[in-house]
Amino acid sequence: MRPVVLTAEESAAISEWSENSQRRAVEVLSQYPEKRSAVMPLLYISMIENQYVTEEGMRQVGLLTGLSPAQVQSIASFYTMYKRQPVGRYLVGVCTSISCFLLGADEVLAAIEDESGVPDGETGGDGILSVEHVECNGACGGAPVVLVNWEMIESVTPDKARELVRWLRDGQPEVVNTEEMQQLFGGARSFDWGVKEAEGAILPVPAFGPYGSVASSLPPQGGVATDPSQGESAHREVDASDPPASHRSASSLNGEPS
Amino acid sequence: VKILTERMEAHRGDSHTIERYEATGGYRALRKGLFELGAAGVAAEVKASNIRGRGGANFPAGVKWGFLAPTKPAYLVVNADESEPGTYKDRQLLERDPHQLIEGVILTSYALAVNHAFIYIRGEYPKPARRVQQAVEQAYERGYLGTDILGSGFDIDVTVHLGGGAYICGEESALLNSLEGRRGEPRIKPPFPAVEGLYSKPTIVNNVETLSNVPWIVNNGGTAYAGIGPDTSAGTRLISLSGHINKPGNYEIVMGMPWREVIYDIGGGISDGRELKAWIPGGSSAPWFVPAEHLDTPATIDDVGKHGSMMGSGAVIVMDDSTDMVAAAHRIVRFYAHESCGQCTPCREGTSWLERILYRIMSGRGRPEDIDLLLDVSDGISPGLAWPPLMTTICPLGPSATAPVVSLMQYFRPEVEAMIGGGDG
Repeated sequence: MRPVVLTAEESAAISEWSENSQRRAVEVLSQYPEKRSAVMPLLYISMIENQYVTEEGMRQVGLLTGLSPAQVQSIASFYTMYKRQPVGRYLVGVCTSISCFLLGADEVLAAIEDESGVPDGETGGDGILSVEHVECNGACGGAPVVLVNWEMIESVTPDKARELVRWLRDGQPEVVNTEEMQQLFGGARSFDWGVKEAEGAILPVPAFGPYGSVASSLPPQGGVATDPSQGESAHREVDASDPPASHRSASSLNGEPS
Repeated sequence: VKILTERMEAHRGDSHTIERYEATGGYRALRKGLFELGAAGVAAEVKASNIRGRGGANFPAGVKWGFLAPTKPAYLVVNADESEPGTYKDRQLLERDPHQLIEGVILTSYALAVNHAFIYIRGEYPKPARRVQQAVEQAYERGYLGTDILGSGFDIDVTVHLGGGAYICGEESALLNSLEGRRGEPRIKPPFPAVEGLYSKPTIVNNVETLSNVPWIVNNGGTAYAGIGPDTSAGTRLISLSGHINKPGNYEIVMGMPWREVIYDIGGGISDGRELKAWIPGGSSAPWFVPAEHLDTPATIDDVGKHGSMMGSGAVIVMDDSTDMVAAAHRIVRFYAHESCGQCTPCREGTSWLERILYRIMSGRGRPEDIDLLLDVSDGISPGLAWPPLMTTICPLGPSATAPVVSLMQYFRPEVEAMIGGGDG
């Protein structure tokens, strides 16, 4: 891996970021022979900092990767997962590609729009929910598929989709966990997933250790939910000693941390 | 015969852990490769296996490796950007047996004298990415990755990279652009990635399933692998069943059985007691098959190709007799219109026009000339509408959007005409 030391200008550019994000930015940069390659991971980290890709975020990522803000914008706008407008705390995606379509995905999307009052592609005024239809997410045997902050629920009916919206809006879980949501709102899965997944997403960014966007919803007793790949607290800490109500059901999952 | 899924089926609770992987023969192939076969020996076994790439193009992997230019550094890139509608096999391999992939990556890197490999996982796959990242970290801890692995003198680093939500990055040159921190736009070829790939250096891009087979091939020999299944469709492969079928799921099959067996025996037949109307044999880019013509066609790469379609990514999408075929075609075309990168005019404009014309027809506003218009626009993207498709574009995304249109007209034209006739337009 390439040793990376930020210049004074680069360090200053991201001095507002959390210490974890600053450290992760350096780690990400060290993973590639050329720093330009870090633009996509760094855009995710900037989303963790700002909830979405801001003008300032693009300038910061550009400084770290040797790109102009316009070049970063050109990249960010190419990929659908980089949100350049504020998004809700929960990004609810409904797959409407062919396999999900054949099994009623359009009805699931309509139910979510109706229950949430948020039309496809928009964010509710309270900033809690964003709704979008997405293209195939690779769980076609468990169609139709719904994603909350990219954590998946398979075989969702319109009625269950409505329940999901109410659960998110009223409970506002700190961590969305695929196993918990699957148990509450899902049906058959496309394949046997083996052990239960303890980790989940804390933001509308894919939950991945090196970016700091993951947390465990099944923390060790008395401990703080951690990012297991980093062995430290996740950016948004979850206090396990007093979990929100929505998390107590997670502890009833007979899973084990993977 | 089970190669890829044996461990995950036998050990449901922990097939993804390094402890289970090692306890079930894992990383034995790596030692054999490093200390018995040598780099050329590993490459020779993979060539002898006749394994064809499992990402969609079905190109022989050993032959592809042979194209790698000698310039250093060279790179290996794992294409885990599984996004072809209907396909979810790589997800299962990533989640349930990540060490099998990593061992394949190390062996392949060793065979190709590559010291840095990248695993490009689509951004919408955080759970598979977490599993792979964890496995990579475990492999570093146990000395399978890093410098001088197992005392062999061979150095190999692996970087896990997440995509940003763009189907086109499954096309290998677009993937390389994306990995370089650019828009995921396909490159004009030649030069092919094996000569000028990542950072303009020689690069091999292989699919997850392809590389997950490498440990077995090294352990058992390429000849043993080549002996499984038909000559030109060697080995097992994962197929993903979805749509109106009783038993959707990923199945590891030996190719060669007739489609009737795939749909009715493996898949348990059509759901809700309905009848089969059509199926897509290899992902949404593939032309459709219909029961009147193709139920007895063998499910092999070559037989499906001869009948005008492809095994592609192994995704089988089943449609029952209640399916509105115009709506199905529209939904597939809409995907390609959305995912077009915009570089080539025939694709950028053509796919959107196909989407809009199909929408007009299904909304009851179709015009009699719309059928010819659909075919004409399709012909502008893929001249002659032949199979395998010709193209006016840099990559096959545009031609993929014409497949459902051509199939719709070939098998279900009366349905389209009836829909247009019923409109007032």
